[in-house]
Amino acid sequence: MQFWIIQGLNSLSLGGLLFLLSSGFSLIFGLMRLANLTHGAFFMLGTYFGAISLRNYSGLNIWVAALGAGIAVAAIGGLFERLILTRLKTNPLGQVLVTLGMSFIISDACLMFWGGDSIPVPTPQSLQAPTRVFGFVFPTYRLVLVGCAIAAAIALYFLLERTRLGAMIRAGVDDRQMARAVGIPVSRLFTIVFCLGAGIAGAGGVLGGPILSAYPGLDGDMLPLALIVVILGGIGSLLGAFVGSFIIGFIYTFGSALFPELAYIILFLPMIFVIAFRPQGLFGRVGA
Amino acid sequence: MTISRRQFVSGVAGAGFASLAAPNLAFAQGAGPIRIGLLAAKTGPLASGGIDMELALTMFLKERDSTLAGRKVELISADTAGVPATARTKAQELVEKNNVHCIIGPLAAFEALAIADYLTEKEIPTLGVAAAEDMTQRHPSPWFARVSSTSSQCAYPLAEYSVKELKYKKIVTIGDDFAYGHEMCGGFQRVFEDNGGKIIQKIFTPLATPDYGSYVAQVKSADAIFLATAGSNGFRFLRQFIEYGLKDKMAVIGGMTALDESVLRNMGDEALGIVTTSWYSAELDNPANKIFAPAFRKQFKYDPGYYAASTYVSGEVLEAALKATKANVEDKKGLMTAIRGSTVNTVRGTIKFDEFGDAIGDVYIRKVTRSDGRLVNSVIKDYPNVSQFWTYDKAEFLKNPVYSRDFPPAKNLEP
Repeated sequence: MQFWIIQGLNSLSLGGLLFLLSSGFSLIFGLMRLANLTHGAFFMLGTYFGAISLRNYSGLNIWVAALGAGIAVAAIGGLFERLILTRLKTNPLGQVLVTLGMSFIISDACLMFWGGDSIPVPTPQSLQAPTRVFGFVFPTYRLVLVGCAIAAAIALYFLLERTRLGAMIRAGVDDRQMARAVGIPVSRLFTIVFCLGAGIAGAGGVLGGPILSAYPGLDGDMLPLALIVVILGGIGSLLGAFVGSFIIGFIYTFGSALFPELAYIILFLPMIFVIAFRPQGLFGRVGA
Repeated sequence: MTISRRQFVSGVAGAGFASLAAPNLAFAQGAGPIRIGLLAAKTGPLASGGIDMELALTMFLKERDSTLAGRKVELISADTAGVPATARTKAQELVEKNNVHCIIGPLAAFEALAIADYLTEKEIPTLGVAAAEDMTQRHPSPWFARVSSTSSQCAYPLAEYSVKELKYKKIVTIGDDFAYGHEMCGGFQRVFEDNGGKIIQKIFTPLATPDYGSYVAQVKSADAIFLATAGSNGFRFLRQFIEYGLKDKMAVIGGMTALDESVLRNMGDEALGIVTTSWYSAELDNPANKIFAPAFRKQFKYDPGYYAASTYVSGEVLEAALKATKANVEDKKGLMTAIRGSTVNTVRGTIKFDEFGDAIGDVYIRKVTRSDGRLVNSVIKDYPNVSQFWTYDKAEFLKNPVYSRDFPPAKNLEP
């Protein structure tokens, strides 16, 4: 019983982490039809920003660090989109290659600035004591992380469904040509969404830091997980990213607990099935 | 790209320097400097160790004014990026383009295995760091000598220490899911169980495991957990282990890279009291290390660990062999014989080599303590002259298959 409860909670916390990672990826993919392979690197950059700032300024708390890192990574993402990606608008393959190249540049820059060692992101003092759940011990921070992911999901839902900006983004996702025809500044929208997506990744990187730590190769470890979530959940669908994150959280956790040798096979199998039998993902729409 | 340019520049600079210096070197045999190739991963996930390897070797040569046994030395450093195919290409470059006389490195077993046959075929004396057991056991090469240890060589003494001194009866092992982790856990299990202990659970985690939560949650209750991890994995596992409140329930012990000095410098009080094993510690009290460790710390602001010491020891062994052969590196066979026949006082203590080319030297049981405000691996026990075969009969030992996930078979696993 303890096994199922603890691993269930683990799955939830990993799912929360994956949502913070992949919601931005899904947003960008949905609007821009761009597999942004820099996304893992944005996430890692956030983790490094958090790790370094928390190490150098002991009074700082993780929430402020996450906000700061989110803004910084959003700015970097915005510049990258404005200066490079827009120039390759008509060349989707080129865009993907550029994002891949950018991810290598970021990871090498991180290695150059901060060295090859793991740098911890400390768990907030007030959340260090484990929580007792049904008599079992569970790290408090992981529970808080699930809360963060749900809060982020609600905020994004309101942004997309209840604001004018959200309506424009949805219009762009559904039919880019038509949106442009009715006067929506799609190009500016691209930049906004790219900043937003990168920013969520950056902030998510800090929030995931106490679990993951900042280390070279973090980007490469996270990017495939984002891809799986988005493909499973459906491209451009917030609900898809949310549900997909938690499904993958459960599959990954129980897969590695029950069949550790097959952890990666179990992780990728659902993705292969989805691509084969439901290419638009669980919540994606056909066509568009 | 930058690496090959750097190599090119250093190659050109070295050649120019050598031609200037040549008249003064008339007493040395052959022409030109001794060319040493270093294979180290300076980018990618193994970069932390690879960079330390280069720093320490460069420091070694600088201390000797780039002269070993009276002959100038040129170091050509190549970046393997931690990728076997790249290691192979770079090894070929070092041998065929740079004409190196010997090679030091590389770090990872899969890199070393990728170049082993090539270096044997080209007859290049190689001072290895990688720990893959069979390179000095079932598939030895006459051109290879290992100054560090096999994967399990340091685990044996710790296994005995766990039973005899720490009185542990049940232990859980967790290791990275590749040869290094398998071999280290296998060796630990064998000695621990031969001494009457029980390994009740073996966990292997993928090399790239972002979240250790699901693994930590399945750890069974035991006296201790043995970490057979490399790089940053042990560090990240340990943090989650503490978050789950497990550190108060069971002790943590570790293999030679689990709490390396390169990991310790980013840790806090949570590491205190953890017992690990290695053939080196920055705290070692021997004449060579009394000079090396403080000098390294002064220059780079942190303690040298496994990786830095490995190339420094390689340098010391090479220097001894060069002295014995009067720096005649052109006679490769003579050099290799001298390397394997040498007994050298190094920063890790006195080492010699067995007939397969693996180092026989002291292995130290260490405990993390705080000294001058930083975390260090204090030596608490010294196991003298540990061989890769431990106390087992060599012939019997080699009849067994190499340690793996399933060997030795785990008989005491708890359901």
